Amino acid sequence: MQFSSDILIIGAGITGCSVARELSRFQADILVIDRGSDIAEGATKANSGIVHAGFDAVPGSRKAYYNVAGARLFPALCEELGVPYRQAGALVIALEEADLSTLKELLERGRENGVEGLRILSREEALALEPQLNPEIHGALLAPTSGLVSPYELAFAMADDAALNGVRFRFDEQVTGAEAAEGGFRVVTEGNEYRCRVLINCAGASSAELHNQLTGDSLRMIHRRGQYYLLDRTASGIFSRTVFQCPSRMGKGVLVSPTVHGNLLLGPTAEDIDDPLDTATTQAGLDQILEKARKTWPALSTRANITNFSGVRAHLEADDFLIGPVAGCPGAFEAAGIESPGLSSAPAVGKDLAALVAEYLHLAPREKRTPYPRPPRPFHEMTEEERAEACRKDPAYGTVICRCEVVTEAEIRAAIRRPVGARSIDGVKRRTRAGMGRCQGGFCMPRVAAILAEELGCGLNEIRKDGPGSLLLSGPIGECEERNPKA
Amino acid sequence: MTLSSVDLVIIGAGPAGLAAAIAARESGVESLLVLERESEPGGILRQCIHNGFGLHRFQEELTGPEYAWRDIRRARELKIPILCNTTVLSVSADRKVTCVSRDHGFQTLQARAVILAMGCRERPRGALCTPGTRCAGIYSAGTAQRFVNLEGWMPGKRVVILGSGDIGLIMARRMKLQGAEVLACVEIMPYSSGLNRNIVQCLNDYDIPLYLEHTVTDIHGRDRLEGVTVSRVDASRRPVPGTEIRFDCDTLLLSCGLIPENELSTGAGVVLSPVTSGAVVSESLETSVPGIFACGNVLHVHDLVDYVSEESFTAGQAAAAYLQAFSAPAAGAESLIQVADGPGVRGTVPQVIHRSCGREVHLMFRPSAVFRNSAVVLSCGGETVLRKKAMIYTPGEMVSIPLTGDQIAALKGDTLTLSIERNA
Repeated sequence: MQFSSDILIIGAGITGCSVARELSRFQADILVIDRGSDIAEGATKANSGIVHAGFDAVPGSRKAYYNVAGARLFPALCEELGVPYRQAGALVIALEEADLSTLKELLERGRENGVEGLRILSREEALALEPQLNPEIHGALLAPTSGLVSPYELAFAMADDAALNGVRFRFDEQVTGAEAAEGGFRVVTEGNEYRCRVLINCAGASSAELHNQLTGDSLRMIHRRGQYYLLDRTASGIFSRTVFQCPSRMGKGVLVSPTVHGNLLLGPTAEDIDDPLDTATTQAGLDQILEKARKTWPALSTRANITNFSGVRAHLEADDFLIGPVAGCPGAFEAAGIESPGLSSAPAVGKDLAALVAEYLHLAPREKRTPYPRPPRPFHEMTEEERAEACRKDPAYGTVICRCEVVTEAEIRAAIRRPVGARSIDGVKRRTRAGMGRCQGGFCMPRVAAILAEELGCGLNEIRKDGPGSLLLSGPIGECEERNPKA
Repeated sequence: MTLSSVDLVIIGAGPAGLAAAIAARESGVESLLVLERESEPGGILRQCIHNGFGLHRFQEELTGPEYAWRDIRRARELKIPILCNTTVLSVSADRKVTCVSRDHGFQTLQARAVILAMGCRERPRGALCTPGTRCAGIYSAGTAQRFVNLEGWMPGKRVVILGSGDIGLIMARRMKLQGAEVLACVEIMPYSSGLNRNIVQCLNDYDIPLYLEHTVTDIHGRDRLEGVTVSRVDASRRPVPGTEIRFDCDTLLLSCGLIPENELSTGAGVVLSPVTSGAVVSESLETSVPGIFACGNVLHVHDLVDYVSEESFTAGQAAAAYLQAFSAPAAGAESLIQVADGPGVRGTVPQVIHRSCGREVHLMFRPSAVFRNSAVVLSCGGETVLRKKAMIYTPGEMVSIPLTGDQIAALKGDTLTLSIERNA
């Protein structure tokens, strides 16, 4: 099939969604395609979930500029979209005496980048803030503006807001070719063809490849995998701030951080791999995290571990973002090589790219924009009065589906009915947290599957964990033998 | 939002909650209410359609639903109200219970006594920290059991089972009977954690190989499971390089242990044992919070439902006694005997006994390893109280040692220690 639009955004991660949302303020026909089956299927779903203060990036770099500019937008943005965000603050700890000079460098760098409130703490001051810290540290840098956010929930909200204002999304679209064509671009996927006047490359792990296809350049991308441990909420309160280790000659350390939902995150590793879709975890990687994380948290215990995961960062050899018009390719724009601090940068990247595109296409502002309906507070966080009221308004709040995270049927149905709704078990999980608790879906997954089947009007055997091919079930009982090709 | 008063609230209508409710009503509790989150009473027995339940209690071999039905029928005869589709959200130390249901919305109940009977859940993959991909096709054995037995769907066709817990063994047979290939059952320990009869009847009878001292060390497949790597482990349970075996399978079932589901208990301030993950209780199954009792798999994970029922009858009777204040627990530390785990013994329940309780108490625990030709020894105040010999003690089979009221009253010390000693 052929699709056409004024603007085609390739990639529905946090950056693509941010650009789409900002462009939805203008009168234009916008289409977003992604190779995944949902929003946020790449690096957006598997990172540290930290809004960096901005002391890490080299002054003058695009990373530094966008990090600080983006981070400033987070409080108001998350408030507007009803996305959980908390300015928890962060510490960078000096594990060796020599690290103290690195802390000073980071402090200077941060000040130059415009980061507010940075301060060097003594060992005692740091331990007073975080009593579980290794008592043998030599000091720490405190960054009070560092924040926590749920990256995929922010992407979902941005996508929903964009969709409410006319942006279309298409999934399971793997781009196989892109070229300049009459009046714009022609993009070919495995099954379809797309025509557009403006093409925006937000393709994450594939952004260099797409850039090279359009320009003939030979940008090199390194796929850098990061593995994590995620501990149950029973581990909440062990650390209240993100704790980074000082980058040193011993290599880049790992972080120990609360998540915005109160879990505890340990990781990531940094391994260069060939296949950007290889998000497996490895024994060596997991062992390495524990070894390094113990330097931050000597009493580390994985007793409360509920899952391990990994994500792949899109690291450009030049070590900076590529943001703006694609040189020598009028009508093409890009946000390429978006790795950390890509999440922190996304709100500012979205605004800048949208402004450039609007200027290029002479877009007029949309006169009337559908306001984003603030999502109801999760049942889990409601007061008793709010819970009673919610049940009165919608009896489906009375059926708790996920017992670990206390997610109700009403919330699961709402997640499926969102403008860019959940289509899979993982889609429901990331939108509602059903299955994210300590039993990891053992009890609720069959019930979520049944609700999905009902809402989507399909059979239970068509329900997927995530992408095509990730079917939950093989078929009805009694059919196994005749269906089994090997029998 | 309504506030109602009830003498006794029982959380859960599985075998534990049902037995506790029956015993409480038979002991004279008029005002009681059972809250059940599923649509019907019976708990996990509803999906356990295999037989072997009730041998001790009824001297019959029943299926899970048949066993549950006996208690459901009795509860009906006793006109015990069971509110289904009702999820308890919180229990407070002063026994205020909040719950929700589709039909009644949000409710608050003020109870004089509460019996916790929420059961347990399965350890998920995350708890094992197994590396690999996170594709579809990896289920806990109980989830697969629900799909097959309650919903009528097969989770897959070529199956590997990790862990040799009873549900895993039962599901190995079940999947095989439904035409799936069951390639292996893999157990990290040198012994199975399941009942011996299940090893024989579910694996051996169906030629399903059991790999002891092996574990899954990698998981393959992007969308749906394509295979697992199994490796031998050394004495410290670390994989031995070079011993990898690859199984091409589309399904991995996990049967790696059960964890009492004590989130509500914790909210009420109930003290938990780090060994059992259940409440610390006295011989009346009362927790550290007065008026809150616990029984069944939420207290400690049992092997046989028969013993769950037996324990829960005790809890129901004790809650009734508490309500009727027949036997207010005697105050003063001198009347208490602490029960301690000695060598070879893990997680003895109850942890505390009132010296003057005046009735038989069953001390239940799991051996910490396999012991052949050994004896369980109870000692107190430097004296050996009791020796119970057996050919074999194994972690897969819970040991229950009865002590009479007279034996308890005669104990000379404040700590009763259980241990396993090899026979001289």
